[in-house]
Amino acid sequence: MAVSVQAEDFNVGAEMAAMSAGRADIGALVSFTGLVRDMAGGSEMVLEHYPGMTEKALVSIEAEARGRWALQDCRIIHRFGPLNAGAQIVLVLTASPHRHAAFEAAEFIMDFLKSRAPFWKKEAGSGWVDAREADETALERWK
Amino acid sequence: MQVLYFAWMRERIGVPKEKVVTSAATVAELVEELKARGERYAMAFADMASVRVAVDQELTELSASLKGVREVAFFPPMTGG
Repeated sequence: MAVSVQAEDFNVGAEMAAMSAGRADIGALVSFTGLVRDMAGGSEMVLEHYPGMTEKALVSIEAEARGRWALQDCRIIHRFGPLNAGAQIVLVLTASPHRHAAFEAAEFIMDFLKSRAPFWKKEAGSGWVDAREADETALERWK
Repeated sequence: MQVLYFAWMRERIGVPKEKVVTSAATVAELVEELKARGERYAMAFADMASVRVAVDQELTELSASLKGVREVAFFPPMTGG
């Protein structure tokens, strides 16, 4: 399955190796990992999500990306639950024959994960994280 | 139908989900019915600019119809990634 919503951590290297294993047609393999930053006041956060809808949203974002770019493969892993500062939150892998498609598709997927996938971050010290205007405007470039 | 709440909507209302019997035709009408249930609901739905809605797990608008709908979810703007 190309999309996973899980509490467990993931291994970036192992995921990349799995994507390129047994094939030699991939020219570009782009990997993006999102990490929990150590914000002043709280070093732990909890990521809430909407089981069922989250998986659907991720599958739909991936399908949209595959429709726009000629991707040879695509993988999205998004964690939920309690996460400490420095922890990995999200992984996006994209593979294409040339780099532009893989780079752009990975950015596109991240832009949509930010504000169109049902996740909510709560920081231990400061409470629910507000959505950023910049995340909403980031979607406009893909219209 | 099943009504779900997430993040601070869930905290303000006090339950993650509940069964609601309604004759509301749209999400907006359902919101008005819920707001009339008491202070916690009124507070949760006070600023509709900060409320997003999904109907049967698809993001939609307040004007969306509730005909045949099984699940409605209310939540603040999403902060994934």
